[in-house]
Amino acid sequence: MKTAPISIQRGGGDTPDRTESFEVPYSEGMSVLDALIWIRNNADPSLAFRYSCINANACKECVLKVDGKTDYACTARLDEQGVTIGPLTNKTLIRDLVVDTLPPKERLDSLGR
Amino acid sequence: MTEEPIHLETDVLVVGAGGAGMYAAIAAARNGANVLLLDKSLIGRGGATIMAQMTVAVAVGEQTPDHWTHHLADTLNAGRGLCDEELAAILCREGPERIREMDEWRVGWTREDGHMKQVMAPGHEIPRCVFVDFLNTGPAVAKTLRTRVARTDGITKISNLSVTDLVVEDGRVRGAVAFDLNGGRAVTIAAGAVVLAAGGLTRLYQRNSASVNMGGESYALALRAGADLIDMEFVQFFPIGHLAPRLVGMDPIMWDPFRYKLGGRLLNGNQEEFIEKYGASDSGTYTAPRDVTSYAIFKEVEAGRASPNGGAYLSFTHLDEATLREAFGPVINRLACNGIDLTKRPIEVAPIAHYHMGGIRVTPEMATTVPGLYASGEAVGGANGANRLSGNAITEALVFGERAGHFAAQAATNKVWNSSWADDAVGDIETMAPDSGNAPTFGELFGELQNLMWQKVGLLRTGEKLEQALSRIREMQAQDLPRMRPQNKGPFALGVQEWFDLRAALATAETIALTALNRTESRGAHQREDLPDTEESQTHNQCVRLSGGTLTLESVPVRRTEFEKVALGATE
Repeated sequence: MKTAPISIQRGGGDTPDRTESFEVPYSEGMSVLDALIWIRNNADPSLAFRYSCINANACKECVLKVDGKTDYACTARLDEQGVTIGPLTNKTLIRDLVVDTLPPKERLDSLGR
Repeated sequence: MTEEPIHLETDVLVVGAGGAGMYAAIAAARNGANVLLLDKSLIGRGGATIMAQMTVAVAVGEQTPDHWTHHLADTLNAGRGLCDEELAAILCREGPERIREMDEWRVGWTREDGHMKQVMAPGHEIPRCVFVDFLNTGPAVAKTLRTRVARTDGITKISNLSVTDLVVEDGRVRGAVAFDLNGGRAVTIAAGAVVLAAGGLTRLYQRNSASVNMGGESYALALRAGADLIDMEFVQFFPIGHLAPRLVGMDPIMWDPFRYKLGGRLLNGNQEEFIEKYGASDSGTYTAPRDVTSYAIFKEVEAGRASPNGGAYLSFTHLDEATLREAFGPVINRLACNGIDLTKRPIEVAPIAHYHMGGIRVTPEMATTVPGLYASGEAVGGANGANRLSGNAITEALVFGERAGHFAAQAATNKVWNSSWADDAVGDIETMAPDSGNAPTFGELFGELQNLMWQKVGLLRTGEKLEQALSRIREMQAQDLPRMRPQNKGPFALGVQEWFDLRAALATAETIALTALNRTESRGAHQREDLPDTEESQTHNQCVRLSGGTLTLESVPVRRTEFEKVALGATE
């Protein structure tokens, strides 16, 4: 079976900053999001990342850095060379690949109660 | 140590911020209520609405003369005798008002010669479906409603907050308990009335067009609160979901609009047309009903006449590039990025879980059987009977959303709250795995459930398969779910969310398997291979409710309404 190496920059919350690597089963045409979902389901269920619509590029939640460039995990294609994935760098890190992307008026914290 | 939950109060709590939830919030606020609008994902970006690519069925009569009674007749015909006719009539009668209101809010319905363009869709007598080009209906509807929500006073929005339980005391819903994913903590909410608008259940099936927040949560919340569900056996399979080659960045139901505009030919693995063998025809026209087409593809696959990846071919190779570009503009480039050239070779399609006809049982005011609890959108059952007419889902989201918000605002009582009411539900959020041993993971269990539902509670059912599924679902609830508790908490601890996702999915799955087993006939989207005939004696709806920890079933007569099709062509 073909695999692709995926490096992920992790940290935030109560966990140390680190880079972890996973070998993910590779099939032609798969997306970076497919690889992240595979890792959560099969290798490390503690990996945190945002997504909602899975494949349609409708929700725009899965934005992150792929090899240093801002991209959507659901439309970024993977190849057998693999990729390095990290969180957006211009927002507050929450955990792993999740940063605080909520619009200001949609935050629980903003209610001030 | 557990921290004290954050506590919020509101007149009307709206759970879910897709099309139905956002419309409900706007309508509740217009009727004087303070509204708290929550979404598990982001406000107006999760759910099914934003993923809709094309049609909205509505009798505005701009393309050709029409009247809502004709839309109703088509809806009832598609529903195979089981539509709640009062709900269906409301959907059809109030549809034009909502569509025109969306037009005033500048959604941008595609126009032609100065009027809304309306196209033909399967099951409709005349061209009736409005849309926004190109494949942009859902995103345009979602964006328009997001803007209206932002401009409406009295609506507070919170994203990444998912309701895990409703609080019912003294015979009335009093509020809810929710999980704040970003903060990793419990939130309690006192509410004068609650609207459930958290969508459908298609994520329970292996092949689906769902987002992660379509996992049956509306139904599980209603069930746990003591409300009735109706028609849970009827899951719609969209016949021509994309199968191959791998396509990213587009919803798998995207071939629907292609067929509306361009026809196209459906072929089996031997390159033969086959729909006619199953009593329908649609070569180049796209008129065969969805349930017939799904059934036909499954049967061809079963007979060994599948396309290479296990479905059917959909071919547009008889069309030239200019025709394709005129119809779909930039979408053709997106296909090219995926290595697809429709002029050269067909793509492969197969049925995919797409929509749920069943859902929460409501009155015409969208009130559930629990006082103070309302429902809207796909969460509502009944209007579409055994098979939904294409184009009715967005119409339903807008019409039922508006009504649910409006009636919930009128019914909202003073907020009464006692924090002890929430103790059990808050405790559920804070319960961690007893050890980090060999407990099953969410990925394993959810994957197994999706496979089970696809294989045994899918499009072609038998009593034996349904019994096996029901038994395994109950075993998973009793044995696996308690062991799968999350192993870490804190900010964005998805494991906590996933435990509730699995609980909701299993509770909902059980109702589908049970009602499907009990419906001993084939009708619409419910096809029993061991009982292939439609039985006149079973022209009734099944209700299911949770009492004392056990599901109970009840057959109820179909709600009928008197109407006559108004003659078309006469000026009003």
